[in-house]
Amino acid sequence: MAAIFPVSSQEKHEKTKPSTKSITLRISKFNPGKDHATTFLEFPVSYEKWTTVLDAILEVKNYHDHSIGVRYSCRQAMCGSCGMIINGKPKLACFTKISELDSDVVTVEPMNNFPLIRDLVVGFERMFSTHKRIKPYIIREDSEISSGAKEFLQTPEDVEKYIQFSGCIKCGLCNSACPTMAVDSTFIGPQGLAQAYRYIADNRDQGKDERLRIIDERHGIWGCHFAGSCSQVCPKGVDPAMGIQLLRGYLLGYRK
Amino acid sequence: MSSIMRESHIMKIHYLTALVAVGFVIIHIMVRVMQGFSDSLLFDNVIANYKSIPYAIVLEAMLILISVHGFNGLRIILLEIKQGRVYENAVTYGCLAAMIILIAYGSRTIIMASMGMV
Repeated sequence: MAAIFPVSSQEKHEKTKPSTKSITLRISKFNPGKDHATTFLEFPVSYEKWTTVLDAILEVKNYHDHSIGVRYSCRQAMCGSCGMIINGKPKLACFTKISELDSDVVTVEPMNNFPLIRDLVVGFERMFSTHKRIKPYIIREDSEISSGAKEFLQTPEDVEKYIQFSGCIKCGLCNSACPTMAVDSTFIGPQGLAQAYRYIADNRDQGKDERLRIIDERHGIWGCHFAGSCSQVCPKGVDPAMGIQLLRGYLLGYRK
Repeated sequence: MSSIMRESHIMKIHYLTALVAVGFVIIHIMVRVMQGFSDSLLFDNVIANYKSIPYAIVLEAMLILISVHGFNGLRIILLEIKQGRVYENAVTYGCLAAMIILIAYGSRTIIMASMGMV
């Protein structure tokens, strides 16, 4: 049986005193309008076990180099603004703790497969337009809000079919990790395809044929090689690779 | 091709030709194994194979299935490498033309050999 010892005030102080651990934060700097090549700026940053990569970047931005371009908003993995490549892998900076990276050097770069705006900021225009193109809303003749209409009821089983796909925050990490997107600039991408599945699998929706027509094209769903990297990097546990395979079932006729 | 057919129909053909081709290749290998390998390559034996109508049909089926699957695969790879309307149409119709030419040339060989014209 473990003995219980009273905690002295000195021990309490040691537990709460700031960490002396530090890492070197390497930040990619590139302004397409001015620079010819990417450079990496290095900053020593001390961290606690709860310090996120975004905290470290903002510390550098506040106290060392105000010019660093970084996009962020909610700081709690809800807005999908701070996606970037952290030590070679697409991650949300606000959702990645430095202590979990297990490295003395943390390198941050802009996401792959997106046009670069500046430093760590990339353009989302194409991803958002693709997202819009697959009609990310319930399509049906009647409406819950028209007079005399009732709420469209769904069983837990009905909801189960699509609920994980509705967790998408449009951070773009899946598109950044996708090997097909790296070579095919017109590929719809895992984000758009997963959202197509989300609405097709919703039994309130009647736009299945319309959406299937949109994704059934040269650079549509068939471009996926099922590498699965999209599912691996999703910070919200969405599995776009599975969604794509399920969508193929509709197109190949073994899923109704 | 995809301007003529929906991509899902092309992919159904792509998967189906692969599966059926595997079946025919198995039949082909089994027939070859039944004969000594060096004997099977003798001129007279090769010509005899073509003259057997069921075997000529197997060879013709393999030619068509593998050509369709292979050229569509090539089209998919080439379309992934580069994009653009002119390039994509050139690749699509180029692959279709190459596939037809190969099937026609191969069929000609099979028909001529099976009719004893070689």
